[in-house]
Amino acid sequence: MIYLIEKFKKEYLGRSIVTVLGIVIILVTLSITGFLFYKGLGTFVTYNHSVWEFLFSSEWKPADNFDGGGKVGAAIFIVGSLLISFLALLIATPFSIASAVFMTEISPKLGKKLLQPAIGIFVGIPSVVYGWVGLTVLVPAIAHVFNLPYGFSVLAGGIVLALMIFPTITSVSVDAIENVDNGYKEASYALGTTRWQYIYKVMLPSATSGILTGVILGLARAFGEALAVAMVIGKMLTFPDNILSATNNMTAEIASDMGNSAQGGEFNDALWSMALLLLIISFIFILIMRIIAKKGEEVK
Amino acid sequence: MDKIKFDTKSLDLFYGDFQALKSINIKICENEVTAFIGPSGCGKSTFLRCLNRMNDLIDSVKMKGEIIFDDKDINGDIDVINLRTRVGMVFQKPNPFPMSIYDNIAYGPKCQGLKDKRKLDTLVKESLTKAALWEEVKDRLNKSALGLSGGQQQRLCIARTIAMNPEVILMDEPTSALDPIATAKIEDLMSSLKKDYTIIIVTHSMQQAGRISDKTAFFLMGEIVEFDETPKIFTNPNDKRTEDYITGRFG
Ligand SMILES: Nc1ncnc2c1ncn2[C@@H]1O[C@H](COP(=O)(O)OP(=O)(O)OP(=O)(O)O)[C@@H](O)[C@H]1O
Ligand SMILES: [Mg+2]
Repeated sequence: MIYLIEKFKKEYLGRSIVTVLGIVIILVTLSITGFLFYKGLGTFVTYNHSVWEFLFSSEWKPADNFDGGGKVGAAIFIVGSLLISFLALLIATPFSIASAVFMTEISPKLGKKLLQPAIGIFVGIPSVVYGWVGLTVLVPAIAHVFNLPYGFSVLAGGIVLALMIFPTITSVSVDAIENVDNGYKEASYALGTTRWQYIYKVMLPSATSGILTGVILGLARAFGEALAVAMVIGKMLTFPDNILSATNNMTAEIASDMGNSAQGGEFNDALWSMALLLLIISFIFILIMRIIAKKGEEVK
Repeated sequence: MDKIKFDTKSLDLFYGDFQALKSINIKICENEVTAFIGPSGCGKSTFLRCLNRMNDLIDSVKMKGEIIFDDKDINGDIDVINLRTRVGMVFQKPNPFPMSIYDNIAYGPKCQGLKDKRKLDTLVKESLTKAALWEEVKDRLNKSALGLSGGQQQRLCIARTIAMNPEVILMDEPTSALDPIATAKIEDLMSSLKKDYTIIIVTHSMQQAGRISDKTAFFLMGEIVEFDETPKIFTNPNDKRTEDYITGRFG
């Protein structure tokens, strides 16, 4: 009897706890997904809007009631999200790759001592702080430099987001580079190449799939970030003329109006549709990451 | 007396506090195959990697003594890049780059500034031919080198080294990851390369050392116990420890 209890404890207890927790996580994920679909489809089912209107029209006048009949064109927010996220990527990626190369190949000692902890701190700063610093430093600075009445802009959003995704892309790139077969390095050096020739022609190409994974992770994070962006983007309901104009994006719009709209009303449902779109986009990112990772494996 | 290519004088090497090489003295002659044998951990690879300064990649390494290559001490004020183009290296595990077969060969010369496509084409063909690989890969030069068999990959690595037109080729157990047929091919290759290059090879196989080398050095615990003509080492060694090792009586 005691033997059985012992055996139960050793073998089954641990395994069942892990299994149960795993199932709970899967259930939670599935129910969130289900819930988002249920809520997000209201715009199209209950209020009879077309997906086309939602994605490609820029007329955003949803009715904050249960009768509907408003306009739910979310194109401005979608374009805003895309622009800011890709701008952030464009700014952050070169710095991330350069830092990753520095930490792994140029000066691992300094890198591990200074850059790694610095990046850790970057991750730990809450997004409201990024937004706040952006609001008090970056926004006025942009206004000043470009001689504008105010500095709320796509650029401000892009820079703030770039700071936020920099650690993600950097640390994933460091892992990718550290995973490059050390045999390549020895082979390259033994052929009398310089460190830079090795880095450019062998190391970075070999780490590309890993680095791309980091970039997409960064992109996913940029897409999902709301608070910091909302504070510096200006929340204007217009397409931006250039990166110095204010506009709005999906997360900022959801965050600012989710509490101001009647539950189940057209306005509220339209916001849920944006949330659903964000979820679908993040699924797509995960899919792309999988494909890239698989391609990387095949090369090896 | 043949021309001396490497003249090592009382070389000590430390990994941190651990002394891996103790007062190594050895003269390696041009256009000969020199084999290093000895039990695992006795410092063969460590010494081989001194000869093209690959130990520079390891931070903890400290060295004393001289290694005269032609007439300069390579631990002195020399151009390491230049040294490594003159002293090539083939590793134990075949390590072709994740690129096409063609690019694997062209990589080294390109990094030295050779751009002319026609010259590169010729060089690739010549190197692969010398490494006895041309016939097997001539129709798939643009395919990934990682798709080759282990033995082919190792010959590709040799071809890649030859493409630099080095004076010396260092080989660290180049056949230990290969089957007997691939091994035989590479051994044949070494005999034919001998007339153009000085070859230094680390091997765990007595038969291999006996078959291919002109001279053999027996390493033990960081020292060279004995260095002589290969037949002499294998039939009539001076040192008891050498005899114990080659007859397999060694613990
Ligand atoms: N990077 C390193 N750091 C510290 N010690 C090392 C390092 N590389 C080798 N050593 C030590 O130096 C000694 C010699 O190693 P080496 O690799 O030269 O031996 P070897 O004769 O080539 O052995 P094997 O036949 O197993 O390849 C060993 O005791 C090894 O543990
Ligand atoms: Mg070794």
